[in-house]
Amino acid sequence: MNVALQLLQSLLVVLAAPLVLGWVNICRAWLQNRSAPSVWLPYYTLAKLFHKDAVIANTTSPIFRITPYVLFGCMALAAGIVPVLATDLPFAPAADIIALVGLFATARVFAALAAMDTGTSFGGLGARREMMVGFLAEPAILMTLFTAAFISGSTQLTTIVETLAHREFAIYPSLAFAGVAFLMVLLAENARVPVDNPTTHLELTMLHEAQILEYSARHLALVEWATAIKLVAYMTIGFALFVPWGIAEGGDWHALPLALAALAVKLAAAGAGLALIETLLAKMRIFMVTEFLSTAFLLAVLGMLIHFLVRA
Amino acid sequence: MLTASLLAALAWLAIGLAGLIPAGNSALARRVLFPLGAAVGLVLAAVGAQAAWLPPATMVLPLGLPDLPFHLRIDPLAGFFLLLLGGVGAGISVYGHGYWRSETAGRLGLICLQYHVFLAAMAFVILADDAYLFMVAWETMALASYFLVTTDHRVPAIRSAGFLYLLIAHIGAIAILLCFGVLHGGHGDYSFAALRAAELTPFWANVAFVLAFIGFGAKAGMIPLHAWLPEAHPAAPSPVSALMSGVMIKTAIYGMVRVIYDLIGAVRWEWGVVVLLIGAGTTLFGVLFALMQHDLKRLLAYHSVENIGIILLGLGMSMVFFGFGHPAAGALGLIAALYHTLNHAVFKGLLFLGAGSILHSTGLRDLNHMGGLARTMPATAFHFLVGALAISALPPLNGFVSEWLTFQTALQAPLLENGIVRSLLPLFAATLALAGALTAMCFVKVYGVAFLGQPRGKAEISHDAGLSERLGLAWLSAGCLVLGLFPAAMLHMLNQVGASLTGHGLSADALESNWLWLVPTQPAQASYSPLIFLVVVLVVVLVTIRLVRFFYHGRVRRADPWDCGFPEQTSRMQDTADAFGQPIGLVFGPLYQMKRHLPAPEDGAPKYSIKVEDRHWGWVYLPVARLAEFVSEKVGLLQRGRISIYLLYSFLTLIALLVFVR
Repeated sequence: MNVALQLLQSLLVVLAAPLVLGWVNICRAWLQNRSAPSVWLPYYTLAKLFHKDAVIANTTSPIFRITPYVLFGCMALAAGIVPVLATDLPFAPAADIIALVGLFATARVFAALAAMDTGTSFGGLGARREMMVGFLAEPAILMTLFTAAFISGSTQLTTIVETLAHREFAIYPSLAFAGVAFLMVLLAENARVPVDNPTTHLELTMLHEAQILEYSARHLALVEWATAIKLVAYMTIGFALFVPWGIAEGGDWHALPLALAALAVKLAAAGAGLALIETLLAKMRIFMVTEFLSTAFLLAVLGMLIHFLVRA
Repeated sequence: MLTASLLAALAWLAIGLAGLIPAGNSALARRVLFPLGAAVGLVLAAVGAQAAWLPPATMVLPLGLPDLPFHLRIDPLAGFFLLLLGGVGAGISVYGHGYWRSETAGRLGLICLQYHVFLAAMAFVILADDAYLFMVAWETMALASYFLVTTDHRVPAIRSAGFLYLLIAHIGAIAILLCFGVLHGGHGDYSFAALRAAELTPFWANVAFVLAFIGFGAKAGMIPLHAWLPEAHPAAPSPVSALMSGVMIKTAIYGMVRVIYDLIGAVRWEWGVVVLLIGAGTTLFGVLFALMQHDLKRLLAYHSVENIGIILLGLGMSMVFFGFGHPAAGALGLIAALYHTLNHAVFKGLLFLGAGSILHSTGLRDLNHMGGLARTMPATAFHFLVGALAISALPPLNGFVSEWLTFQTALQAPLLENGIVRSLLPLFAATLALAGALTAMCFVKVYGVAFLGQPRGKAEISHDAGLSERLGLAWLSAGCLVLGLFPAAMLHMLNQVGASLTGHGLSADALESNWLWLVPTQPAQASYSPLIFLVVVLVVVLVTIRLVRFFYHGRVRRADPWDCGFPEQTSRMQDTADAFGQPIGLVFGPLYQMKRHLPAPEDGAPKYSIKVEDRHWGWVYLPVARLAEFVSEKVGLLQRGRISIYLLYSFLTLIALLVFVR
């Protein structure tokens, strides 16, 4: 029963992730007065890529070929751990929030290694920049998650969601700070504007894109798909921490339709918000990212200290 | 158990002496003695693992000075460290059998003696139950490792590295000696049982703590006494570096735990705060300097400094919780620290041995000349990757487990009554997170520059490690996997160690969990299951591969990498180690003393050079050195070189003694 629920949720996140990306692209097109592409465009792109022959640089080692699968596997596990639809997930106790951060770090390290593996200057550049963003973002995200962990007395995401969903509806100052910090880290970790530009074609300004420059066909498809899952996983972590309402608690199948509707609304709002941020802001210089993410870190620490001071 | 471990330690001594038997070639020492030493290591590890579950046993040896016989004792803490010493030592000895294949017989005999005396001395440090035997073993360990460091003593840099090591080792030894003096309190019995029983006033307990912390910290490589570590560890032959970084600096952790938790007994939370502050500084300092290195072994040495900092963070948290009277959380911190001690021994040993294999086959230590080694040395590349992922604290390997436990300890902060310490503790956790992410960056650099990409010149002549080298590497990387995937068994063992030491263990809920789950407090609070974690990722990976093949195809074309329209790309255009560390230099610039030479635009032969120096030299070491020079100059005034003056000194001393002693 619960295993079925677990598989349903994982599959849903994995399969619907490109749709969220399509929705963000539509919103951005609307905001920029362009005629919007089809919401299914990411799926067409993936299908096209899967059909093509893969080209592999002859300088590479097996790490380059295994990395897309590792990225996909890590993100699929993340999709199974974060409570998206329900909180009764058999996989969830296998990894708490710290392990989840570790999981994202594993994916990042493999992506960076694969980039170094091509032996080109852009690969190295991308890997270096991505790891720089990573080491700045990781303490900030951990502090944000720790604030939620201190409030609920647990590092299990399922327990955190259950605790937070039952609190009195009010504005909690510690969570407000943590929320801003989380948003900043989300933008950085998912290579979105203002830290990175996912639609760029100019190699010198690339962060994430420079890493995957050598990938083609099915490998590129898997990397892009994993990126989409990562975005959804981050968004759903945000929902779990800051707007947990609507999720089906326990393994209650009757609450599922409501949970599904709540999820769709939340994702649509988050996607539109992301498109708005990306339209209003410009990409910043790479060394401004340091300040951006240290601000996020300070906000997260502030949130935690406020929790200790006022117990809210 | 105690007899068995004593025999194992003596067997190491005997093997070392057998190395001196003159032989025509190096066959005896290499083919027989090193594998024999490895077997002894395995026996010792098995004995240690058993002893961790048994009550303490003691023994008095009829050796030593007339009134000061040697006392031996094995308890769970000693058992755990014997497991570490034997297990990691066995892998390194097997590796040494292959590594030293090109040594001459005379030199190898000497190395064999020093190496096994070193191992035996470490075993006696762990088994010692009185201050006298402890100091004898401690000094034997320092001297044996000094001679191993200066194996290539014809190189002046190695001689001076060895001298620096010996100097700081002795500053530490003096502090430890004084600490035992303070603990002993003046009743003439130096056995640990007597020291344990002695009641200290709070002032003297503080003095004893400070002396122990400085003394053992000097050996462990905590700042500001770390300066010898990045000099001495790279200077030694690689198996010795592995032994020093992996095992020897852990004996300092052993000493710290033994003296603070066992001999002093009543732990105070203020000590924990001191340990936390120094630990956080050590952690960040180590990893930031590692990122700026391009010499592989120096880089690894700086990571040893960092990992000692992480261990100190765990210990400090544990002391804070014990001091405030929360033994369950304190026990968790102690377990985290000890777990990281073992994990670091395994993966740092592995990484140093990997660096040794690279050095052996390419003759290179400088990352900037390597590249593409994964193709010529696939076995070494695989094991090094395991080590690199483990040290970067990535799940599901072992480095992550101990850092996870340290995080869980920090998350017990709401238990504390003191508001300032309560809000400081998560900040130390943030330090740990920052250090972990920086380590990941550093090892992406190491692995990417050395093993991936295209070869840069010299590295093309490499061959893979030999069979016994591979065996040593495989033993340690299997250790990384097992310690990472089955942490619950280790948790139970370490709980036993902590309980025997402090009388407090983890909560009952934590111990009820089965082998699959790691639960530090309660299942609802936190749990982690590395095996499920790994299995899920592996299953998804395999299913994805099958599905992609089934629905589409697996066709692959090989081509040159994309050159951005500039066809004359060379392997020198890849990122070097310095280039990879450059953002760190910019972000953390003020922390380093950097001397950079940037070429001017009109330079015909442009050369870029950067020199990163440790600010501690200017802050701590040079003033002390200048003071010592100044004092010795002044004392030198007494030395006139004329017999009449010396006779006068003797006469004055006699008068003074007559006045005072009467």
